[in-house]
Amino acid sequence: MLVTESDKIREDIRKLAETYGRDRSALMPILQEVQKRYCRISDVAMQEVADLLGIHPVEVYGVVSFYSFLDDKPKGRFIIRLCRTISCAMQGKARVAKQLENDLGVRFGQTTADGLFTLEWANCLGMCDQGPALLVNEQVFTQVTPDKVHDIIEGCRRSFAQHVSQKREEH
Amino acid sequence: MISSVDKTRPLTFASVDPDAALKVVVGKKRSEVLAEVAASGLKGRGGAGFPTSVKWNLAAAAKGQEKFVICNADEGEPGTFKDRVILSDYTDLVCAGMTAAAYAIGATRGIVYLRGEYTYLRRHLEDVLARRRGRSLLGRKILGKEGFDFDIEIRMGAGAYVCGEETALIESLEGNRGEPRNRPPFPVDTGFLGRPTAVNNVETLAWAACILANGAEWFKKHGTEKSTGLKLFSVSGDVERPGVYEFPMGITIAELLRHVGGENAKAAQIGGASGHCVPASQFERTIAFEDVPTGGSIIVFGPDRDMLEVAENFLEFFVDESCGQCTPCREGNRKLLEGVQMLRKGTCSMKYLRELCGLGQTMQLASKCGLGQSAPNALLSIVEHFKDDILGRTPQAV
Repeated sequence: MLVTESDKIREDIRKLAETYGRDRSALMPILQEVQKRYCRISDVAMQEVADLLGIHPVEVYGVVSFYSFLDDKPKGRFIIRLCRTISCAMQGKARVAKQLENDLGVRFGQTTADGLFTLEWANCLGMCDQGPALLVNEQVFTQVTPDKVHDIIEGCRRSFAQHVSQKREEH
Repeated sequence: MISSVDKTRPLTFASVDPDAALKVVVGKKRSEVLAEVAASGLKGRGGAGFPTSVKWNLAAAAKGQEKFVICNADEGEPGTFKDRVILSDYTDLVCAGMTAAAYAIGATRGIVYLRGEYTYLRRHLEDVLARRRGRSLLGRKILGKEGFDFDIEIRMGAGAYVCGEETALIESLEGNRGEPRNRPPFPVDTGFLGRPTAVNNVETLAWAACILANGAEWFKKHGTEKSTGLKLFSVSGDVERPGVYEFPMGITIAELLRHVGGENAKAAQIGGASGHCVPASQFERTIAFEDVPTGGSIIVFGPDRDMLEVAENFLEFFVDESCGQCTPCREGNRKLLEGVQMLRKGTCSMKYLRELCGLGQTMQLASKCGLGQSAPNALLSIVEHFKDDILGRTPQAV
């Protein structure tokens, strides 16, 4: 039987609903997990979550569009979020930002053509005493200077390549 | 990622045994726990400064089969990072504080609402919770006390500053957009899932545990009459030694700056983006709920900083983080930001600046929650104290 991507998402979400329950209060944990696995929350995903929780899909969309860590549009595998708040700004955020744009070849808010990186701004990351700070997915980097940007990006590429070859071996 | 914590002296939290605190708690009656916290005069360390005992008393008195204790770990105020340090270094103390709160109000479930940006702390927190369950510090019959059941789960935020507001936080937990509710009703009677809920900041809970271990009188040795005790501060900006510091409430700004190496500052932002910008001429003012309040954020600006850039940065933050629910905040912040950009271009008349300030005052009065009410603070205090910096600028300065 041909298993489509949509079937897989639906199946995944059904399992998540078993874990977190079918109350409305399970909505955020389910959406956060979907976002993590698929780098986005697609229409199909939103419809399935809505059906399982017994709410209108627009309610789900309302939530997805509200939170900056949830997105209905595809994001890169690595989301780089540079803190733009004042303490990081005072410690040289602007030059780190420029270098990130140069090295990734995209502007803030955009995703690289290979789907690997999304570059975004973040509000205060709580690393104000050691800025500029940025998050790569869940990992935090502090005292980032323009010359460290390259290493951070290459580190992501390497871990992705490793992940891909592991997947290949599994098959 | 280890934050620099004051190296000249250890934090009080390091000297308090969280297990001992909890043993004291279960040895007391509920009313005695509430009375101890009340006697300490502890006020909310997240910034709002609401008396913790009032919150706990109301939640204790509220009728409901199921009650909740929520630890507000949505530390999003620009310039604040002390809760991150407490969560990673004094996790058991926070858990003990939550458990004490649960005992006092009769709650059975606790939730740590951890901001999405701190996801990397989650595993550590889960490990601590598991360890506590294994040691009968969480779960059924805590420390053998019959009928004292309480457990804590972790729920993640998803990058919304406004969810630090307690009713928005509850909305988020319930699976809604993080839009603040009208109050009343207050969470203490109609909170998470409509049940009585005490929402307390990370640091507040840690101090509550210390107070219950060492007594209210011990806590009151420091601080002022209206702002008792010690407080953690997150210091950043133009100082020699940024980091987390512990000072008594009521410390003057000048004294704090001396300690962190920021004596030559021209201004200090006390209380983050939603706080006030205090010029050097007022550094003898005290940091306390009755003078300059703060949740702990101290951002220091050296002599060469452009205060208008600071105002612009804060307003960009608020435009981005306003939940958009009420008009004064949603539209007001945009207009203020436009105004600051006009000032930077040197195209803002005094008349228009006055109108902007009027708009700021309207926002303070008419916004629905603390975000909109405090968003204009920084700009208004910068306009008040740094007129020379902001008026009649030449476009080249942009």
